[in-house]
Amino acid sequence: MIWQLDLILCIFVIICAIAAITIKDLLAAVIILGAYSFFMCLLWTEMGAVDVAFTEASVGAGVGTVLFIAAVSKTKRRSKD
Amino acid sequence: MLDYVIGKYNFWIYAVLMMIGLYAMMGKKNLVKKLIGMNIFQSAIILFYISTGVKTGGATVPILMGHAQEHGHQAIDVAGYLNPLPHVLMLTAIVVSIATTGVALAIIILIYRRYNTLEENEILKIRKDTGV
Repeated sequence: MIWQLDLILCIFVIICAIAAITIKDLLAAVIILGAYSFFMCLLWTEMGAVDVAFTEASVGAGVGTVLFIAAVSKTKRRSKD
Repeated sequence: MLDYVIGKYNFWIYAVLMMIGLYAMMGKKNLVKKLIGMNIFQSAIILFYISTGVKTGGATVPILMGHAQEHGHQAIDVAGYLNPLPHVLMLTAIVVSIATTGVALAIIILIYRRYNTLEENEILKIRKDTGV
């Protein structure tokens, strides 16, 4: 575990989380959530949890983002907050 | 004391992420935004569990090195491997989280078809006006 890389990834994760809940365009928020999931996956690889990391990359970031995009395209893209 | 606080910074990041998710679930009006907050909350908890399995001092991924067949009767040096128990538990948690997300998105699509909006306050107003 390299603590410099760990700290940089943690800061990126927090930036992505704040951006995902503040942005008004729902499609952009969902894509940023996918980026958040990939940063989380890098963080877990770096901590040595390789099995969790590739489950998160395929299931969390891949399938989750596809489900969110499908739901947003079926409903409204604009959000008021 | 300061060393103790800084050395466990992973747990501080976990707390910050969890509070971001909780704020999004409670403070935001849009239903998809609430769901994004729930996702952030869940992965923050997974981050906490993975952080508890980390060992310092050159511990590696829990795959048995060397000739396990020849020295099967010898004791394995536990300090050389990460703790795999939280990893296995969190594998299940990731799958459960994606399942709950799918069900919630289906419910959101049904709500949109019925009320034609995704804002919580507008849905409550429509329900109050029509008396349902």
